[in-house]
Amino acid sequence: MLNQLTDPMLPTPYRVLKVGRETKDTFTLTLAPVQGGRGLSFAPGQFNMLYIFGVGEVPISISGDPDRTEKLVHTVRAVGAVSRAICGLKKGDTLGVRGPYGVPWPVKAAPGFDVLVIAGGLGLAPLRPAIYHLLNRRPEYGNLELIYGARTPEDLVYYRELSRWRGRFDFRVHGTVDAAKNDWRGNVGVVTNLVSRARFDPEQTMALVCGPGVMMRFTVQELVNRGLKLENIYVSLERNMKCGLGLCGHCQLGPFFVCKDGPVFPYDRVRDWFLMREV
Amino acid sequence: METLDPVLAAHPFLQGLDPRHLKVIGECASKVNFNAGEFLFREQDEATNFYLINHGRVAVEIFRARRGPVNVQTLREGEAVGWLWFGKPYHWHFDARAVQLTRALALDVKSLMERCDQDQQLGYELMKRYAHMLAVQFRVAILQLGDMYG
Repeated sequence: MLNQLTDPMLPTPYRVLKVGRETKDTFTLTLAPVQGGRGLSFAPGQFNMLYIFGVGEVPISISGDPDRTEKLVHTVRAVGAVSRAICGLKKGDTLGVRGPYGVPWPVKAAPGFDVLVIAGGLGLAPLRPAIYHLLNRRPEYGNLELIYGARTPEDLVYYRELSRWRGRFDFRVHGTVDAAKNDWRGNVGVVTNLVSRARFDPEQTMALVCGPGVMMRFTVQELVNRGLKLENIYVSLERNMKCGLGLCGHCQLGPFFVCKDGPVFPYDRVRDWFLMREV
Repeated sequence: METLDPVLAAHPFLQGLDPRHLKVIGECASKVNFNAGEFLFREQDEATNFYLINHGRVAVEIFRARRGPVNVQTLREGEAVGWLWFGKPYHWHFDARAVQLTRALALDVKSLMERCDQDQQLGYELMKRYAHMLAVQFRVAILQLGDMYG
């Protein structure tokens, strides 16, 4: 982005092309640069700072296909003033975009490995680009599995895409919810329980985990119980990111700035900080 | 006469048991099938059986007056249904309903308990497995209560 070569804090205007509703409070926005051009190259797991003029700026993971950069895709849950304003945007509205920022999922180091993608709730959004990357290069990887959990069936995001992925012969998809009405034919139970159903070679498996902290903590325990090495488990951390450049310190976690050194970390690198309640 | 020993031996809940013990358990076991939607048991029914699922899926449900049945857990092949042996009288606290065609082994709890009393080695082996299952269920329940996605 030319703007960022001159001023990294200056957002580029993007126009909303499409807004899709995922759940009652979560929306997927498809964006394109107002001034045209070839779009934004990014790596799976990176995030942008989205700026609603006059309201504020928030970090949001990119959730589109990294091999199709002509359009920028973000999935946003309305939880605060800025994210509510983003979710209220309509086709044709504009917003500012800075990025992409952050360390991506190590999918380029994963060829030859089995890959487990484990997501909880909206944690599937930053993992979706990684899934696209893996599926676009499917022959390079071993067994590929997605384990996805949410609170209820109504909270599952990318529902149609999940159904499509389930239909593939080269990708195992396990879904679960914590509770459901009795017309739900899927699994009910916690996401950590599904780890025992995954097929992988612990010596040659990479796990990409994103979700609420407590879900990631218990998932990592299950993965370790199954023999996975800590250095092959990657987690994406959320902190209050403001500048995206490692300057302001808002997202500091011990010796790390999550916006610059993360948000994706090998678990063995952040384990002590991850488990520390005081930070 | 058909023996259930190989089927019992293959089920994860009983894996590693002495063949002698499997034979005893086989004397308390019978094959059962449930069609989709059929109840394995209902809340307040007498708990006469303990089920080992070989195929299919079972929803554990709580019935709420205004919301109807709420599915709180799904169990599938390789798992066991029923964990209420400790408190007399043995009554089910939940409903269990087959989500799809489900094949299972039904173990007669009363008869199994009698055999466990006669052979305490068998009782110990079963209780070890049972305690492990309870520990897993307990962990799951705590995680669900904690509302990970809240």
